[in-house]
Amino acid sequence: MPERRLMLLAALLTAASAFFLFWGLKGPVGFILELRATKLAALLVVGVALGTSTVVFQTITGNRILTPAIMGFDALFLLMQTVLVFLLGGIGYATLPGGAKFLLETLVMMGAAMLLFALLMGRGRQDMHRMLLVGVIFGVLFRSLTAFLQRIIDPSEFAVVQGAMFASFGAVDPLQLAIAGAVTVLALAVLWRIAGELDVVALGRNAAIGLGLPFDRLVLGLLALVAALVSVSTALVGPITFLGLLVAALAHGIMRTHRHAFLLPAAGMLAALVLVAGQSLFERVLRMQSTLSVIVEFLGGLFFLYLVLRGRIR
Amino acid sequence: MISIRNVSHRIGQSQILRDVSADIPDAGITALIGPNGAGKSTLLNLVARLLTLQTGRIEIDGQDIARTSSRDLALKLAIVAQQLGVASRLRVRDLVGFGRWPHHRGRPGPEDEATVAEAIASFDLGALQHRFLDELSGGQQQRAFVAMGFAQGTDWLLLDEPLNNLDMFHARALMARVHALSRPEAPRPRRVVMVVHEINYAAAWADHIIALKDGAVAACGAPTEVLTNPVLSALFGMEIRVEELHGRPLILHHI
Ligand SMILES: Nc1ncnc2c1ncn2[C@@H]1O[C@H](COP(=O)(O)OP(=O)(O)O)[C@@H](O)[C@H]1O
Ligand SMILES: [Mg+2]
Repeated sequence: MPERRLMLLAALLTAASAFFLFWGLKGPVGFILELRATKLAALLVVGVALGTSTVVFQTITGNRILTPAIMGFDALFLLMQTVLVFLLGGIGYATLPGGAKFLLETLVMMGAAMLLFALLMGRGRQDMHRMLLVGVIFGVLFRSLTAFLQRIIDPSEFAVVQGAMFASFGAVDPLQLAIAGAVTVLALAVLWRIAGELDVVALGRNAAIGLGLPFDRLVLGLLALVAALVSVSTALVGPITFLGLLVAALAHGIMRTHRHAFLLPAAGMLAALVLVAGQSLFERVLRMQSTLSVIVEFLGGLFFLYLVLRGRIR
Repeated sequence: MISIRNVSHRIGQSQILRDVSADIPDAGITALIGPNGAGKSTLLNLVARLLTLQTGRIEIDGQDIARTSSRDLALKLAIVAQQLGVASRLRVRDLVGFGRWPHHRGRPGPEDEATVAEAIASFDLGALQHRFLDELSGGQQQRAFVAMGFAQGTDWLLLDEPLNNLDMFHARALMARVHALSRPEAPRPRRVVMVVHEINYAAAWADHIIALKDGAVAACGAPTEVLTNPVLSALFGMEIRVEELHGRPLILHHI
């Protein structure tokens, strides 16, 4: 029963969140709880945004192996950080006002993503493969540009860029968190309403149009939603390339249904669970800071390789 | 009736259809035949608005498809396209159930369930209905897609090479089934337009034939008029013997 499995996931996520909040609580309780609650909220927002957006993206493109992150979103984010450091210098970059920087990053990422999508969709609507290929090529281009700029930058300033290369939940700005949370909730509300249409989109363009769905319009709107979700999450904590891939595959495997009304919440909760449980483990039990994203990337990367080697590219 | 008037279609530099005009009559089975690349799928996809009409006009029972909403068309016409392929992990019954989407848009009722059950029984999918689509053979998948098109419950059913991948048992069963559905005495007669690769199926079952070659109509009419030695030999560019069996043409193209 998919309902039962969703309930189980929700229970696990609640337990992990409670553990994260209350385990080893001593000292100024109110202050620590507030810090932890902010961090927990960030973990939840990022997990839900990445999990759901990856499932939607894979449904649109009809594949189970490429994700927005793998297609070059993360590379674009890093390029943007590097350009900012290059233009403003390390100090200028570090003293940028948080809210403004966040909005700027989100808008640039969304704009670039939509530009890429619209360009490719307009030219060869049927040709999702070409779009993916171009996305991957753009990713390489962004990475090379980033590497080039990093060579020019002063080594001490390079350290600032390096800090942005892995996701960090260490210091989350409450204002940025509020914006990201609001965007994510809005996007989820829309996705929830059209979960049934997503099931039809998964049948492919021909079948979906045959059933009377305005496929091209719907897909463009969905891509905008994906862009928004990935952008706010990346701008909030930094890139997590392989988390989406990992939880999308898990969600499909665990739920064993084609219905997005189950797949979307499952992927969102799974991603949040991985992040909250992982962060609890590293921070509370092993007392290691900021290694979570490295481990998630490592496991996710291994899983990606496994999918590629097994030839499960569909 | 589907009336196709002066339809041309180009993709990039290549002219795929040249000024095609044809009428698809209001009864029975119309078969589209012609060599590979003649433009049969393109024409069918234009009628089914999977491709956007560039020039010309297509009317279905008097309704201009360029002015009819995709949603309304889905209640009038169902298409089973040539290139299928589904990303989600879907059971056969769920796939057939999607045929009802234009009617319930996400909330199936009891009458939808009944239609799906009928479609599954009628295309001999009972034993496969709980299997996953990606674990079936090409022919079994093809039958599931045809059943989905049937479940859509439209007056018009468009099938692009539905016999592809089917063994002779299932190919004949499918043709017989589609034929029965299209008879005037059926409870709700469907009008079927199908691209047929194996020409003897067209000879045996079709009521009307449209032959395409190089993006233009080469011939059209009753099977006895179109499936003749001169027409077929010119169409396929080879000498083709045509005999007669039970009053219908029998094409000996393989010897
Ligand atoms: N997307 C496309 N781009 C370029 N040419 C195409 C495309 N689709 C079809 N064609 C060409 O159009 C012609 C007709 O194709 P099609 O309608 O599929 O033929 P048929 O179904 O009769 O075999 C073929 O020559 C094919 O190569
Ligand atoms: Mg074809």
